[in-house]
Amino acid sequence: MNRMDRSNEHSREQRMVTASANVSALPEQVHPVFQLDDVSVLYGDFRAVTGATMSIREHEITAFIGPSGCGKTTILRCLNRMNDFIESAKVEGTITYHGVDLYDPAVNSTEVRRRIGMVFQKPNPFPKSIYDNVAYGPRLSGIKKKADLDVVVEKSLRGAALWDEVKDRLKSSGLSLSGGQQQRLCIARAIAVEPDVILMDEPCSALDPIATARIEELMKEIKSEYTIVIVTHNMQQAARVSDRTAFFTTEIGDSDRRTGQLVEFNPTAKMFSNPDDERTEQYVTGRFG
Amino acid sequence: MTLITPALAGKSAAETVRAGLTRRERDTAGLVMSALLLLATLFTLLILATVLARLIGEAGPYLGDRGTAFITDSIGSDPDEIGIWPGVYGSALLAMAVVVLAIPMGIAAALYLEEYAITKNRLNQFILVNIRNLAGVPAVIFGVLGFIIFVKWLEPMTAGKSVIAAGLTMSVLVLPIVVITSMEAIRAVPQGLRDGGYGVGGSRWEVTRDHVLPYAAPGILTGTMLSLARALGEAAPLIIVGAVTGLLPETSLTGKFTALPILIFNWSGKAQPPGSEHSFSQAAAATGVVLLVLVLFFNAAAIVLRNRFERRRVGT
Repeated sequence: MNRMDRSNEHSREQRMVTASANVSALPEQVHPVFQLDDVSVLYGDFRAVTGATMSIREHEITAFIGPSGCGKTTILRCLNRMNDFIESAKVEGTITYHGVDLYDPAVNSTEVRRRIGMVFQKPNPFPKSIYDNVAYGPRLSGIKKKADLDVVVEKSLRGAALWDEVKDRLKSSGLSLSGGQQQRLCIARAIAVEPDVILMDEPCSALDPIATARIEELMKEIKSEYTIVIVTHNMQQAARVSDRTAFFTTEIGDSDRRTGQLVEFNPTAKMFSNPDDERTEQYVTGRFG
Repeated sequence: MTLITPALAGKSAAETVRAGLTRRERDTAGLVMSALLLLATLFTLLILATVLARLIGEAGPYLGDRGTAFITDSIGSDPDEIGIWPGVYGSALLAMAVVVLAIPMGIAAALYLEEYAITKNRLNQFILVNIRNLAGVPAVIFGVLGFIIFVKWLEPMTAGKSVIAAGLTMSVLVLPIVVITSMEAIRAVPQGLRDGGYGVGGSRWEVTRDHVLPYAAPGILTGTMLSLARALGEAAPLIIVGAVTGLLPETSLTGKFTALPILIFNWSGKAQPPGSEHSFSQAAAATGVVLLVLVLFFNAAAIVLRNRFERRRVGT
């Protein structure tokens, strides 16, 4: 190691010390919802993302940001085992959910997804009525009575700030709604099963700014009841809504393919004002990415 | 810009652009090509029209004379009095065998291969390649297979040369078609639909049952109707597994049997007996018309059902 490197290293340490003083703005929790320890995801021999270590805390919004291909969606989909459906995907390291290893062979992935819901990049309502879209999850968990379902559907649609717009046409198809409404319907569908966590994979990337603002507002409203993890391409969105931010980037790894890696995970205010890592600073100030 | 040629130099900009945009050139190659394509289309239509005209020309007067008796009468030796009832009944039993055996089994196999199997797995790859190959095997070969397995080996169960053995043979024959068309329909289901189902805690079967199958239903239906039409039309395997080509008062489940294509095959070459007003070839054409009407009916039913499913799919 030459002197240049050493001095760089030194200044980074110094900045980290000043950083830790800022963290106290957010309450530290002893038991995070998710604890990731050195998580890597491989697709066959290809290491898509590596070295993700972070704690995701209850009733906070955690944002994953970074350039395309950095592995943020991959990590998100590990949190409710959606990657199970990609045959070659393999998770290394440990992910615990309330202290339970999510990838323990004894864990039932369907139960995991019932507790950890998901909203996707492209609004994907079922080709069913608005009512049936929301009632689908509760029906799967055994709620059969019409009166009970009515209550859940109304509560979920209200929760997703969609009730007033659709209450008179619950029987019409979910696909007849606008893009923004469809995405809120998907949020209603997710909260109908009363999950603990909602994962959102770029939920606003297909929406216009007004619909985006509504979703962001909604996220802030519901975070008192849920823990939210959101992947976003939009740094301003992360800055606006999240409590903590994880920044991922890509590095040329083995066999010349880009491997994503977690660069920094800190409270959002710090990430956007005084990040620990130079790369984070360059990214959030728009100098790359 | 290359669009402005030297010949146009000196004119105003607007004139130059106008000249460029309104320039007409005879596209000879394009004209010849479109004529050829049209010719090919017309030729195909011509063949279809000829077949239909011949068939209906032969069958029309005959069917007019015979009426419904032609459908309900039994097979005999006088073209003026024969009917196709044993063939109708035999073909119906064959179609039923396909509906009961090949279609559920084929859809199940397609669901396994598309939704459950890990396709990178060697065994699954092997299965897939073989199903594709199987779909290309000539019908006669399936007849031989049916004869060896269903007529000989499984004689205690199928009663030998029976409509049961024939139904099993036809089911095996159309199975790869059902599997492949169903797989294609299932593959066309958007991933977002599955994601949505899994995202609210659906199990693999729940997502398959509630989202994948309903979405794939129109495509699966088309495939099953195609396979049904195929089973109704094949003659070669039936001859090998022992369909009766001569006189037959009736088709029975475990005894002698025949089917519509066999009747056509049998009658189309037969000489007109002396003293008969009609010929056997007229009866063959009339049987062909009945078979065509049946197949068209299945296709029409498929289209109606498919449209209904699709309307539900787009949510209008």
